[in-house]
This record gives sequence, structure tokens and C-alpha cells, in this order.
Amino acid sequence: MSSTFDHPTYNYSVVRAFTIMTVVWGIIGMGLGVLIASQLVFPEIFAGIEYLHFGRLRPLHTNAVIFGFGGCALFATSFFVVQRTTQARLFSDTLASFVFWGWQAVLVSAAITLPLGYTQVKEYAELEWPIDILITLVWVAYAVVFFGTIMQRKMQHIYVANWFYGAFIVTVAVLHIFNSLSVPVSTLKSYSVYSGAVDAMVQWWYGHNAVGFFLTAGFLGMMYYFVPKQTGRPVFSYRLSIVHFWALISLYIWAGPHHLHYTALPEWTQSVGMIMSLILLAPSWGGMINGVMTLSGAWHKLRTDPILRFLVVSLSFYGMSTFEGPMMAIKTVNALSHYTDWTIGHVHAGALGWVAMVSIGAVYHMLPVVFGRKMGEMYSVRLINIHFWLATIGTVLYIASMWVNGIMQGLMWRAFNNDGSLTYSFVESVDASVPGWGVRAIGGGLFLAGMILMAVNSYLTIRASKQQNAELVGTTQAA
Amino acid sequence: MNELSSFWSGWVIVLTLGSVFGSYWLLASVRKGHKPSNTEKVETTGHVYDGIEELDNPLPRWWYWKFVILVVFSLVYLALYPGLGNFKGLLGWTQINQYEREVAKAEQEFGPIFAKYASTDIETLSQDDQAMRLGQRLYSNNCAICHGSAATGGYGFPNLTDNDWLYGGAAHEIKTTILDGRVAAMPAWGASLGENGIHKVAQYVMDLSGQATDTSVLDEGKQLFTTNCVACHGQDGKGNKLFGAPNLTDNIWLYGGTEQNIKQTLRNGRAGQMPAWKEILGEDKVHIVSAYVYSLSNQE
Repeated sequence: MSSTFDHPTYNYSVVRAFTIMTVVWGIIGMGLGVLIASQLVFPEIFAGIEYLHFGRLRPLHTNAVIFGFGGCALFATSFFVVQRTTQARLFSDTLASFVFWGWQAVLVSAAITLPLGYTQVKEYAELEWPIDILITLVWVAYAVVFFGTIMQRKMQHIYVANWFYGAFIVTVAVLHIFNSLSVPVSTLKSYSVYSGAVDAMVQWWYGHNAVGFFLTAGFLGMMYYFVPKQTGRPVFSYRLSIVHFWALISLYIWAGPHHLHYTALPEWTQSVGMIMSLILLAPSWGGMINGVMTLSGAWHKLRTDPILRFLVVSLSFYGMSTFEGPMMAIKTVNALSHYTDWTIGHVHAGALGWVAMVSIGAVYHMLPVVFGRKMGEMYSVRLINIHFWLATIGTVLYIASMWVNGIMQGLMWRAFNNDGSLTYSFVESVDASVPGWGVRAIGGGLFLAGMILMAVNSYLTIRASKQQNAELVGTTQAA
Repeated sequence: MNELSSFWSGWVIVLTLGSVFGSYWLLASVRKGHKPSNTEKVETTGHVYDGIEELDNPLPRWWYWKFVILVVFSLVYLALYPGLGNFKGLLGWTQINQYEREVAKAEQEFGPIFAKYASTDIETLSQDDQAMRLGQRLYSNNCAICHGSAATGGYGFPNLTDNDWLYGGAAHEIKTTILDGRVAAMPAWGASLGENGIHKVAQYVMDLSGQATDTSVLDEGKQLFTTNCVACHGQDGKGNKLFGAPNLTDNIWLYGGTEQNIKQTLRNGRAGQMPAWKEILGEDKVHIVSAYVYSLSNQE
């Protein structure tokens, strides 16, 4: 990273690096998503090439979007936000740069090992044990940098965004370590220390909190900085922040069993998971309310500011998917929705609508700042606007097609003839799903197209900043 | 069902209720004593972070009540259903008894439809259109996953339409296969025959259906076949329905008939398994599905 943009107080170089990689991993991860979505429509495109099999690319897609795109966005914004809201430089530049390079090494290892078939077969925790150890080291360094910076803050109180980032960092460390405990048998092969229903429970305790803490708490931290900053309005309610923060983090950790309804998991565990997921609706909406109501008095800005539109629409999708989630956790609903495309639609309402949109808004706000311009001053507002519509339409197509597919599959699987036999064979439900998968691939393609525009816009912004900077240096020297 | 020990049961109860009531306590204590009038301007907390201020608006009333309703619903649910440790819930519901109730109801409702064909013999039944519609549905729900929806089988799964039967194609033989299942075992010969021996036997086996590629070893192959294979496959290689040993002369291959396939079968052996359906479907349904399978290779 060029040092010409260095800030007198803050370490922006690690923020710049992570911001750029957010866009890069976003394109890689979403590109893989569009690829595997197309494989479901045209299963024979890579027939015979094991490295490009759906079963190997799918975990690479999830790892690249969650830990590549989402992870880099969280690192970039948390380092940016923690410095600006504490008025202190990062605790250690060396550790921060280790976090950056270490994390990129994790992601590159994932991109190599997963297509080669090395996997712990735990969803969102597929990476084998040596990579797990590297993740742990990076995460400890991250925690030291983040909390070290908080310790050096210039004011007494800690801003709410940092509560959420802090909770995310601590909890993800615990989740990662306990779910990944395994016995290595060779350099790239290990067996989990858990087995049977216990293994399933630990996996979904991890899995659902990867959603709850990685993809929710962290991104709420992001929301709490970029929404008030971009609107220029105060946060709606401090006391709402308190209630929804503590309720959210204490309830989320229980929600995992709703992934295992009607299985060998003991019934009490299923019930407890269900009711905690249900109550979770309240604190989740607390966050949405606090974000959306922050706009009161600034609604007119939505007409002219596509960055703000990204942020507000992300909150709407957050509200929608955190309503849908608790409903799907109810056993009766789950009996229909489980194992269908509805689940995939729900995940992407959160992943595309909430996580990606709020990150995109944050990057558009932050990237110009760390490259020496004013906040939100991207090269082209028009491109942001086009990106906004591509992303919104893409998300809606994706979610709607998966709703239709999911409910159709659920109903087909439970349809009976008047002699008690099943009306449809499984393969008939697969056949019936193909048109929906086509629409989904198109939706994903639109979203990906938006990301490519973002990359172009980011490149042009950085180039313009460099030129500006060079001119500035030139003028000062001439004078 | 395994019970939790009373310590762990208490642990679950305390933590669960603690979290639910704790959430409510948090909500209530933050809301308490805070009712600003509509005319007053809402104050900020006085903290400023990078220019961001925080208002101190009260919790939205509708949101507060939503939270309360969710907490109450959850407590009612925990009273009715298993959740609090070893407490079974007032309704006595379990997922197993829900399943058993539904199965019993289905038995009662649909059982007679199948029972009325129980005394008709399979050959006659295979001509009965209505029974065959039932049979076809039973087949697609239960059998098609392995034998294919057209019943033409696949790699490792026999074709049911071709009149070639491992365990016999008479009506009663088909029914026995479905009722009790079958377990076939082709031993692995790789260790005892060696790669050279495998080659010779493979050539002889291929010659039985006229496909040998290396005729120079047929005599030695026959020798090995006579010593090792005839016990099951018979002197003439036509198989034995007692063991489900396939006929090797008809050019119908369960695991593929190329030289490579045959060598793999010889080298590593095969273990075919047809599940027993007596417990899963019950005798009445097996009777009908047997007639359906019989009808596939005994068309008018």
C-alpha cells in the first residue's frame, strides 16, 4: 500500500488493504456462487473434473464469501471504526499487518485445499487442522489489536459499535476453537473429537453462531458507525442499544438446535433452541429499529445518496430475515421448510440483503476516506446507483425463487395419494426445482455484476486520489 | 430415552429460565422510570464519538410488548413441551409418539386398501389394474431409488424387467426376496490368485459369453475356474439361484462386463444387499409390490 495517504494519527494502511481485499474476495466468492448455481441448472458443465465438482466448490463459495468478503469487510471496518471512535491509533501496526497477511494466507489455503478435497466436513468449518491453527493465531492477534486499541481510547465511554465488534471477536474465538477440536492423523487429515448427536450439536452451536456473531454482531457494529455517520444524525436510542445488545448476545448462543429439529438430538434441547430463537426476534428488531429510526429527519437524503440507500435497504433485509428466521425455528414451520431451498433463500436474504449490502455501503463510505478524500466521495455516484439497483433486484430474484422452490419442495415431499403412498418421487421435486434455480442464478449474476462495477469504481477512485495527491505534492514543492 | 442426572437437569432449568427471565429483567429495568412527554425534546447522552451522538429515546412501546409476548409464549411452551431438563411437559408430547400416532392413523386409514388383495395370488394380482396402480406407487416410493424408476436397474442393482433372476423369478421367489432381503457375497480372489491368475480367470469368464481378448490363457483359466468358481457358479458357469450366484454365460452383468470390471470383481469381491421389507412395508404391501415386480417381466 502506498504510504502517501498515511494519516497522522490512525493506521489506515491495514484498513486500505482489507478494504481492497473485501472487493476482491467478494468477486471471487460471489463468482463461485454464480458458478455453482449454474451447475444446478446445467449439471454437466464440468462433468468429470473432480476439482470443480459442486461438492467441492460449494464449501469454497461459502468460505470465500463469509471469511473472505465478510471477514475482510469486518477487519477493515473494525480497524477503521475502533480508531475513529476511540481517537487512538491501532495498538500495534506489526500485529495488524500480521492479521492482514495471516488472514489472506488462510483464504488462499482454503482456495487450494477445498477443491483438492481436504475437508473436516463441518459446514463453514471445513478447513483442516493446520489452517485452523493459523486462524486461531490470526484471531488472537486481532483480539490483541482491537482490545488494545480500546484500552488506549481518549474518552471514558466505549461506543456501541465497539461493543458489537468486541462480542463478535470474543465469541468467534470460542466457537472456532471448540468446534474445530480434532485429532490429526496426517498433515491434512483429522477427526473431530466429538461424535454422533454431540458432534451435530457442537457443529450447529458453531454454525448458527457463525451467523449470529460473525455475520450479525460484527455487521451490527458496522451499522452503528456507518449509518449515523452517513446520515449525519444521532443514533436513535442509547437505551435500545443496551437492551438489544445484551439480549442479542445472550440469546443467540442458544439458537443452534433449531438446525436439528426432529433428529436424534434430545427433545429438551430442540425446544430450548426453538424458544430462544423465537425470543431473538425482539433484540434483532431492536437493532433494525435503532438503525432505521436514526434516519428520522434525514429521509430526504435517500433520494440523492445511493450509499445511504444501501445501508437502509440492508436494515430492511435484516429485519425481514430476522423475522423469517424465528418463524422457521418453530417446529411446525421447520417440518415444512427444513432440507428445502427455503433455507438457502433465508440465508441469502441475510447474506446478500443484509451482510453484503451493509458492507458495500460501508466500503463506499470508507474507501475514499482512507485514500485521502472526503467520506463517500467515490469516483462515480452513478455507478454506485447502478450497483444499488443490480444488488437489490438480484437479491429479490434470489430470495423469491428460493421461497417458491422451497415451499414447493416441502409440499411435494409431503403430498400423499389416497392410498397413503407419496405422490411424488424425490427426483420429480428436483425436476420441478430447475426453473427456480435458473432464476436464482440470474439473481446471483446481477449481484455479481454490481460487485464488478464496484471494483471498477474503487479502482477509478484510488487512481484519482493518487493523481490528486501527486498534484498536491507537486504544488507544495513548487511553492 | 436417557434421563439427565438431576444435577444436569437442574443446570439446564436454571440456565434456560435464567436467560428468559434475565432478558425480561433487562428489558424492564432499562424501560423503568423513563417516560418523556411528547413536548420535551429528547436529550442526547452527551457522549460524542467521531461526531456521532446518541439520543436517549424511550423503547418503542410496540416493540416492548412484542418482546413481552415472545417471553410469555416461550414460558408457556416450556410448560407444555419437554424443554426444562427432565421435565416432560404437561402435554406429554415426544417426537416418537407424534410419529407413532401418525403411523397408526395411516395404518387405520390405508391398511384395508392393501389388505383386501392379501388372499389373491400374485399371478392373478399382476393382471389387476387397480392393484398394479398401488404396486407401481409402492415401487416408486420404495424401490425406484436403487432399481430406477423404469426398473431397469443400474450398476450394482439388478434390472427387474429382463427375466434374468439372481434368486429366481417365480412369484413366490420374488416375494421371498422382497420380504426377507438378500445378502450376496462374491469373495475377493486378488490375494489367492494373484494378478496373473485374475487375468486368466477373467479371460475364461469372458469366453463364456464369447468375449475373450486373450485366448492363449483360456486353458489355464478354465483350470482355475474349475478349482475355485464352480462351487457357486456351477460347472457350466450358469450360476446358482440358491446363493444368488449370477449366470456368467448370458452377457448380463450386475457390475459391468468389461475386462476391467470383471477383473475388479474378481480381485476385490462384491457384496450385494437387498434390504428386507417385511418390517418396513408389512406383508400386505409386499404382496402387492411383488405382484408389480412380477408383472414387469411377465407382460401379456
